[in-house]
Amino acid sequence: MELILELRELVKHFPDHRAVDGISLEIPRGGFYSLLGPSGCGKTTTLRLIAGFEQPTSGDVLLGGAVVNGRKPYQRNVSTVFQNYALFPHLTVEGNIAFGLKRRNVSDSSRRVREALELVRLAGKEKRYPAQLSGGERQRVALARSLVLQPDVLLLDEPLAALDPKLRKQMRLELKEMQRRVGITFLLVTHDQEEALSMSDRLAVMNAGRIEQVGTPQDVYLCPRSRFVAGFLGAVNWIDGVGLRPEVTRISRTLPSNGTRFRPATVTGSVFLGNCVHVLARLVTGEEAVAEVPRHLGTFQEGDSVHVFWNPADEMMFQ
Amino acid sequence: MKMASNWDRLRAWFLLPAWIWMAALFAAPFVIVVFYSLLTRGAYGGLGLPWTLENYQRFADPLYLGILLRSFVMAASTTAICLLLGFPLALFISRAGSRKNIYLQLVILPFWTSFLVRLYAWLFLLRDTGLINTALQSLGLIHDPLPLLYNDGAVLLGLVYGYLPFMVLPVYATLERLDPALVEAAADLGAKPWSTLLHVILPLSAPGIRAGGILVFIPALGAYLTPDLLGGGRTVMIGNLVQNQFTTARDWPFGSAISVGLMALVGALVLLMLRRERETLL
Repeated sequence: MELILELRELVKHFPDHRAVDGISLEIPRGGFYSLLGPSGCGKTTTLRLIAGFEQPTSGDVLLGGAVVNGRKPYQRNVSTVFQNYALFPHLTVEGNIAFGLKRRNVSDSSRRVREALELVRLAGKEKRYPAQLSGGERQRVALARSLVLQPDVLLLDEPLAALDPKLRKQMRLELKEMQRRVGITFLLVTHDQEEALSMSDRLAVMNAGRIEQVGTPQDVYLCPRSRFVAGFLGAVNWIDGVGLRPEVTRISRTLPSNGTRFRPATVTGSVFLGNCVHVLARLVTGEEAVAEVPRHLGTFQEGDSVHVFWNPADEMMFQ
Repeated sequence: MKMASNWDRLRAWFLLPAWIWMAALFAAPFVIVVFYSLLTRGAYGGLGLPWTLENYQRFADPLYLGILLRSFVMAASTTAICLLLGFPLALFISRAGSRKNIYLQLVILPFWTSFLVRLYAWLFLLRDTGLINTALQSLGLIHDPLPLLYNDGAVLLGLVYGYLPFMVLPVYATLERLDPALVEAAADLGAKPWSTLLHVILPLSAPGIRAGGILVFIPALGAYLTPDLLGGGRTVMIGNLVQNQFTTARDWPFGSAISVGLMALVGALVLLMLRRERETLL
């Protein structure tokens, strides 16, 4: 498979901290990839190294097989969708989208601008200024402005963070769908695990300047390689050193059936979440656990004596 | 509701000193000058009746129109040179990081000394026996002193020197507010540094350039101290003409008429600029 982007032992040290501390990553052409991690884990710096806004302390960035370390941002065929979109306030929607084409002296600029406008469903708003657009529309202009240049890789820096929650969920689907349609490689940076899981073909989980794990959303969620990855991608109950997701942790008043592992416990509370109920329990060993229980399975009261049980196949184990 | 009216009253009280100041030191003198400009020059230089518009008609004399044009050219050149020098300086300061404040202090440092004293310093530098000519002569680079003083160039130098900070500061203020991500976005989209400057930084600093332009152009147009000292009376600008009417020529009505005319012209120009600004904001 052809690699469109490759990072080799990439390191970026700032005077006061090591933002990126030796990461290697291989990204084949045409998919949706994410860098997921908490704030300060180095994911945005990694993106800036790829875009060319920062120079690596050591290591290489390869685009289409060629080392691009010394190249300026305007010499790299990648494009960035900035967190706050960074639209040019003095240019119209059309002017913003045409900006890159004009700098490259593209001949059929107006046709490509029109196509980009249609792609992001902004036809009819080409004469508006960014200040006259909604948050979602601005984001679509930022996307169009980059996509119209047909970059090798589209870099997206927390592109949904500035949107309200409802729009954010809708935009996840739209972004994913758009990536499929244009076939350009997307590399998304986010701290939101739900975002990364729902959109990515593959994702890299980062922590403290390093990559902890690379895999499909199923891989990293179901078979996390470290406690950090397990905890960052979702809630975990730690019982006897093994990790269990709340949705595979069950709870019952009666003794569970054969083939399951169980611990006696006491209910300490419950949280109604609408589609399900989170029941909190303290095991006899003193550990706390949360079980996600379907609403129809009845209610548990504080102080109820129960059994917390699970299927051994659902256990997550770490060295 | 009661709160609001209390606030209004308080605000009125706070604004009162400013109103008194403006009325006594701006509105009243202005009215007096308009008044004077409509009177006739007395036999011995005083003011007298009858009322007349003759002072304004005299303005149409090619001699005076020539001086007006000269002043405009000088002021426009000053503004252009200030922009040419001030913009790169402002851009440099806005990107100087922790050194910003030091550089800004340096820009306003000249204000710590009287403008008159600073102009005399230029005299000492530029005159035939001044620092520059003596230095060049003693180095053997020139034989006769260079004519550095008492010409248009010297006046332009003095004007640019005097008003440069008024260009640098407002331009700096807009550049400082410019989102660095916009510059990155331009590079990201393929713009080389020069292109980014031309297509992103320059248009977005237009409000600062416009403000700086007004702040430099208006005082440069009315300047009289600089042309008087560095032009040696040879470079007459409109300010010198006004001064002359009030002193040697003792023709206060004509001097007043020139002043009113100049104010009207400048006022119209500023209004035009401000209207353009409103349009670009939309």
